[in-house]
Amino acid sequence: MSVRQGMLALLAEQPMHAYQLRQQFEHRTGGTWPLNMGQVSTTLDRLVRDGLVEPLAEHDDEPAAYRATTAGHDELARWWATPVERTSPARDELSIKLALAVTAPGVDVTALVQAQRTETMRALVDLTRLKADIPAAGPAPDDLAWSLVLDNLVFAAEAEVRWLDHVEARVARAVRTAGVAPAPSETRTEAHR
Amino acid sequence: MSARALGPVVLSLRGVTRVHGSGPTAVRALAGVDLDVRLGELVAVMGSSGSGKSTLLNIAGGLDSPTDGTVTLAGDELHALDLKARARLRRRSVGYVFQDFNLIPALTAAENAALPRELDGISGRTARREARAALREVGVEALADRFPDEMSGGQQQRVAIARALVGPRRLVLADEPTGALDSATGEDIMRVLRARIDAGAAGLLVTHEPRFAAWADRTIFLRDGVVVDGTGTRGGPESLLAGTRR
Repeated sequence: MSVRQGMLALLAEQPMHAYQLRQQFEHRTGGTWPLNMGQVSTTLDRLVRDGLVEPLAEHDDEPAAYRATTAGHDELARWWATPVERTSPARDELSIKLALAVTAPGVDVTALVQAQRTETMRALVDLTRLKADIPAAGPAPDDLAWSLVLDNLVFAAEAEVRWLDHVEARVARAVRTAGVAPAPSETRTEAHR
Repeated sequence: MSARALGPVVLSLRGVTRVHGSGPTAVRALAGVDLDVRLGELVAVMGSSGSGKSTLLNIAGGLDSPTDGTVTLAGDELHALDLKARARLRRRSVGYVFQDFNLIPALTAAENAALPRELDGISGRTARREARAALREVGVEALADRFPDEMSGGQQQRVAIARALVGPRRLVLADEPTGALDSATGEDIMRVLRARIDAGAAGLLVTHEPRFAAWADRTIFLRDGVVVDGTGTRGGPESLLAGTRR
């Protein structure tokens, strides 16, 4: 959905052809979500079908350019004004893995958490290194956009590290309470307490 | 902040153990911690409350003594020195940065930054010159004549970093330096700290905020006084965002 709205936002700024649109989308989001031309064409076709975008008259040798219609501008205004819905959580491999690990026999949850935390910290460090290359004072608008995209990834990674700390503490407490290694029933009792 | 060669070891801990109390009520705050911090390196220490972070920082700075093990600062083993020599080494080698800045309210930024050098016994004029240079390094030379209450939290913390690394000091021990700052200002402070360390210092950073620990070269995690894991040397950022910009 965000690709569709993002492309509409770009076409509301100025007419563009498909290739320009792809370049602009990647440029403005720091290249974090690369698009392929097939995705761009399909999305453009749907935007045209829904009356939000229209092709401009073609010139010889020029690829077809598109612009947002009035309905497209209205749709975009609604998008800016509406918060992004936080619906059902995304299917996340780590939360599935940990949910299964705390109840699976023979899994060392503490070791799993430590290894994951180290890995997530590594990712956080790499993101921070990318941020460090951006001048802090008065970044260019493009740099600011890129920096904010990185911040989003930084905060997500930080949230994961904090959650892993929390998991570690909860599991340790469950072990202490039960006086034995975490087994399915004990861990579940703790989790539901 | 790209990968670079590190300098000599500035701080070295070997088998450091610290037990508070004795008998059945003894609490082991640290147990057999080994740690080297080199010139040009910032090491972050993370761990929950009571994991031994503060004890580690106090022992690294010579404010507390290990029950067992050794601490070597700038090539000298701390506890092989007599008390006076140890205090002098500590004063001349180590600077502290705290969560609540700890500047002296009645002194200007320049006077705060000059104070450690005046205590070193050098001339006032040299101390003032070095203080100005230290303030310049952290981007607040223009605030040299302001008092702490005339500065924002971020500016005060920059002065505190300048003071910690004024003159010949090469080791900064930072205890939650971003704890009293908002997120964006905290990031500014990490940039400044990082730049000062890259320019020729070493640092040990205690923080509970992973995104600030991520400015360090590596992070060690403490639990019950033991280093349970740590991030070592890494691949570059390229490994993370393959195919993206830059």
